[in-house]
Amino acid sequence: MNYSAFLQLHNEMTLLAVIVILLVIDVFSSEKGYRFFQTLALILFSIHTLLNCVPGEPFEVAGGMYMYYPIHTYIKTILNVGTLIVLLQAHRWLNTEENIIRRGEFYFLTLSTLFGMYLMISAGHFLMFFIGIETAALPMATLVAFNKFNNKSAEAGAKYILSSVFASGLSLFGLSLVYGATGSLYFDDIAKIMTASQIELIGFAFFAVGLFFKISLVPFHLWTPDVYEGAPTSITAYLSVISKGTAVFVVFTIFVKVFGVMIAQWQILLYIIIVLSITVANLFAIRQQNIKRFLAFSSISQAGYIMLGVISGTALGMSSLVYYVLVYMFSNLAVFGVVTIIENHADKTSIRDYTGLYYTNPKLSIVMALALFSLAGIPPFSGFFSKYFIFSAAFKEGFYVLVFIALANTVVSLYFYLKVVKIMFFNQSENPIERISTDIPSKISLIICTLAIVFVGLVSSIFEQISVLGFGI
Amino acid sequence: MSPLLIFVLIPLLMMIALFFTNNRKQVNLISLSGSLLLLLSAIALVVLFWRERTAGNTAQMLFAADTVWYREFNIHIATGVDGISVLMVLLSAIIVFTASLVSWRIESMPKEFYTWFSFLAAGAFGFFISIDLFTMFFFLEMSVVPKFLLIGVWGSGRKDYSAMKLVLMLMGGSVLVLTGILGIYYLTGAETLNIVELAHKNIEQPAQSILFALLFTGFGIIGALFPFHVWVPDGHSSAPTSVSMFLSGISMKLGAYGAFRVAICLLPEGAHQLAWIFLILSGFSVVYGAFAALGQSDLKYINAYASISHCGLMFFAFLIFNETALTGAFLQMISHGLITALFFACIGMIYSRTHTRLVSEMGGLMKVMPFIGVGFIIAGLASLGLPGFSGFVAEMTIFIGAFQNSGELQRWFTIFATASIVITAVYILRVVGKVLYGKQEHQAYDSLADAYWWERVTMITLIAAVVLVGTMPSWFSNMIQDGLAPLVAGLVK
Repeated sequence: MNYSAFLQLHNEMTLLAVIVILLVIDVFSSEKGYRFFQTLALILFSIHTLLNCVPGEPFEVAGGMYMYYPIHTYIKTILNVGTLIVLLQAHRWLNTEENIIRRGEFYFLTLSTLFGMYLMISAGHFLMFFIGIETAALPMATLVAFNKFNNKSAEAGAKYILSSVFASGLSLFGLSLVYGATGSLYFDDIAKIMTASQIELIGFAFFAVGLFFKISLVPFHLWTPDVYEGAPTSITAYLSVISKGTAVFVVFTIFVKVFGVMIAQWQILLYIIIVLSITVANLFAIRQQNIKRFLAFSSISQAGYIMLGVISGTALGMSSLVYYVLVYMFSNLAVFGVVTIIENHADKTSIRDYTGLYYTNPKLSIVMALALFSLAGIPPFSGFFSKYFIFSAAFKEGFYVLVFIALANTVVSLYFYLKVVKIMFFNQSENPIERISTDIPSKISLIICTLAIVFVGLVSSIFEQISVLGFGI
Repeated sequence: MSPLLIFVLIPLLMMIALFFTNNRKQVNLISLSGSLLLLLSAIALVVLFWRERTAGNTAQMLFAADTVWYREFNIHIATGVDGISVLMVLLSAIIVFTASLVSWRIESMPKEFYTWFSFLAAGAFGFFISIDLFTMFFFLEMSVVPKFLLIGVWGSGRKDYSAMKLVLMLMGGSVLVLTGILGIYYLTGAETLNIVELAHKNIEQPAQSILFALLFTGFGIIGALFPFHVWVPDGHSSAPTSVSMFLSGISMKLGAYGAFRVAICLLPEGAHQLAWIFLILSGFSVVYGAFAALGQSDLKYINAYASISHCGLMFFAFLIFNETALTGAFLQMISHGLITALFFACIGMIYSRTHTRLVSEMGGLMKVMPFIGVGFIIAGLASLGLPGFSGFVAEMTIFIGAFQNSGELQRWFTIFATASIVITAVYILRVVGKVLYGKQEHQAYDSLADAYWWERVTMITLIAAVVLVGTMPSWFSNMIQDGLAPLVAGLVK
C-alpha cells in the first residue's frame, strides 16, 4: 500500500494528531500539567485550522473512496473556525467543578464528531460516507447527554441517539435499494448508471429522508427542540451550526452529483420541504418561552432558507450555500455565546429573564441584537447578503413563487427575532440579570463573531473567493 | 470612490465619534457639527450641480461613479445625482439638521440616541444618491434597526406595539420591493442593476404588470398609501420628536421616490396598465387622510393623518403621467417634508412643556409661547396651501397637471382630491384656533417657557426653507424638470 496517500489527507491527519495528543495528555498528565490542558487544546486546534486553510489541487485517495475538491478546504475551514468558537465559549463551562474532570472527554468527543464530518464531506463512496455519518453521530449523542445527572440532558441524549439511529437506518435502506438497482456504491459510477427508475426513486427518497432528519427539516424536526433544550448550551451551538452546516453541504453535493438525473423529482420534494420548514418553524418559534427552544425553531427555519441554495442545483447555489453557512455560523454562534454566558452566570434560560438586559449588560445585549438582526437578514449585517444571494440563486432558476414565500416568511422571522430585541431593550426589569464580567475566551469568541457579522457582507472578496471554487464537483 | 459617498460617510463617522464621547456636551457638539457639515455639503452639492448644468453638462446623472461590489450578481456601488435627487439630499440634510437640534436636551441616553439617529440618516442619504437597485435597497432596509430601537427605547405611549407594527409593515413593503427587484434583474436578462441602464430594457407583459404591482405596492407601504398606511399614525405618534420629523419628512419620501424611480420609470407599460387601481387608492388616501385627521384629538395623530393625505397626493400626481403633475409631485415631496417636520417640531416643543398632546387640554398657548405659536401657525397655513408658502406651489402644480389629463377617471378623481383642500383647512384652522387662541385650560401653563435657542434655530431654518420654496418655485421646478426630462419621454403617452 502506498502510504504517501495519507500525506494528502493532511486535514484529517492533523486533526487526528490533535485528538491523539489530547487523549495522551488527558490520560498521563499530572495535576499541574492538567491546568494548561484547555489552553493547549485551543492552541493545537488553532494550528490545525491554520495549517489547512489553503485550498490545493483536486485528488482522490483509496480508489475514489475519498475525493478532494478545493471547495472542501473552505467548508472544512468554516467548520474549524466554528468549532474553535464553540470551544472558546465552552471554556468557562468546562472549568466548573463538576466538569473539570471530564473536559478531556469533551475535547475528544467533539473533535471526533468533527473528524466524522470531514469524512462525510470528502466521501466519494457511500460506505465512506456512512462511516462519516456514524462517526459524527455517536459521539454527538454522548455530548448531548454530557450532563448525565440532569434529566433533560439525559433525555435529550436518548432522543438524539434514537432519532439518529432511525435516520441512519432509513438512509441505509435507501442505499441498499440504490445499490440493488445500480450495482455500485461509488458516487461516480452510480451517477453514470442511474436512470431514475422507480426503485431508484424509492431508494433516493429513503436516503434523503435520513439526511433531512440530520438537518432537522420539517416534518423530520420533532427531535430538535427537545435535544436543543436538554443539551449543554455549547453542544447545542455545535449541533445547530457545525452539524447542520456539514449536512446541508453534503446534501447538495450528493443530490447534484449522484442523483443529478432525478433533479426534477428532488426539486419537487425540496420545494415542499422548504415551504414547510420555513413556515412551520417560524410559526412555532413565535410561541417559545425558552431561549434554547426558540433558537431550535429559528435554526430549523434557517435550514429551510439554506435549502434554497440546494434546490437551485447550480454553481451559484453552491457558493451561496457555503456563504450562507459561513454567515449563519457567526450569527448563530454569537447568539449562543451570549446565551451560554448568561446561563453560566445567572442560570437563566427563559426569554422573559432577558428583560432589560441592555440596562445591565449593554455589550452582551448589543452583540445579541446584532446577531439576531443578521439572522433576520437586515442590512448592513452579513445576514442580509447571504439571504439575498441564496434568494437570487433560487430566483435565477425560476423558483419565483418559492422565493416570494421565503421572503414573506422573513417578515414573520423578523417578528420573533425582534421580540427578543424588544425584551432586551425596551423595558427595564425589576429583577434583572446582574452585571456579568465575561471570561476572556468567551469575549474573544464574541468579538470574532461581531466583527464577522458586520464585515463579512461588506467585504465582497470573501464571497468571490468561495465562488471561484464554487463548483469543482 | 464617489465623492457623493461623503453623505453616507459623515453620519458613519459621527457614529464612531459618538462612541468615544462621555458627556452630553460632547454628544451635542458632535451631532451639531456633523449635521451642520451634512447641511453645508448638501448646499455645496446644489451649487456644484447647478454650476455643472449651466456649464452645459447634459449627462443624466452628474458626479456619477461606479465601483463593482459583487461581480457574480452585478452589484455595483453606483452613485449619481440628477436635479431630483439633489433636492432630496438637500431636504434630508435640512431635516436631519433640524431634527438633531430638536433633541438637544433629550433626557435618557443621548449618546445612544444620536448614534442610532446618525445611522438612520446614513440610510436615507445613501438611498437618494444610489442609482443601483441593490444599493438602493440596501440603504432602504438599513433603517429597520435604528427605527425599531429609536421608537422602542425613546418613544412614548404604546411604543412597543408601534415600533413592532411600523417595522414589520415596512419590512412587508421591502419584501415586495425585493421580489420586484429580483424580477427586474432576472427577467430583463440584463447584466446590470443600474437604473439608468435598466430603463432601456424591456420586460414582456404580463410580467411587467405583476412586477409593477409588487414594486408600487411595496413602495406604497413605505410611502403610506391607503390602505397600507396603518403604521403611520401609531409610528409617528409614539416616536420621539426628531424621529417623527425624520419618519414623515424623509422616510415616507423614500417610498414615493422609489415608486417613481423604480416602479414607474423601469416598468412604464405596467404602470399605464395598472395606473387606474393605484389612482383610486391614492385618491382615497388624499381624502381619507384628511377626513381622518378631522376626527383626531391628539396633535401627533392629526399631523400623521395629514401626512397620509399629503403623501397620497404625491402618488396621485405620479399616476397622472404628465410633466406638470410630476413636477408638482416632487415639489410636494419637498414641501410636505419641510412642513411636516416643522409641524412635528412644534408639536414636540409643546408636548415637552405641557406633557399632553390632546387638543382639548390645551388653549391660549399663543400668549405663553408666542414664538412656538407663530411657528405652529405658519406650519398650519403652509399645510393648507396659503400662497407664499411651499404647500400652495406644490398643490397648485399637481392639480393643474391633473386637469390636463383628460381621462375620465383622472378627471373625476382630480375633482375628488381637490376636495381635500377644504377639509385640510377645516382641521388645521380648528386646531390652531383651539390650541393657540382658545380659552386657557390650565393655570399652570402660564409659567411655561417659550422656545430655547436651539428650538428657534430649528423653526427658523424650516420656515425659511418653506418660504424659499414658496417664493421662488421656478428655480425648484427647473431643478426637478432637469431630472424629469430624460425620464418623462418614455412615460408620457
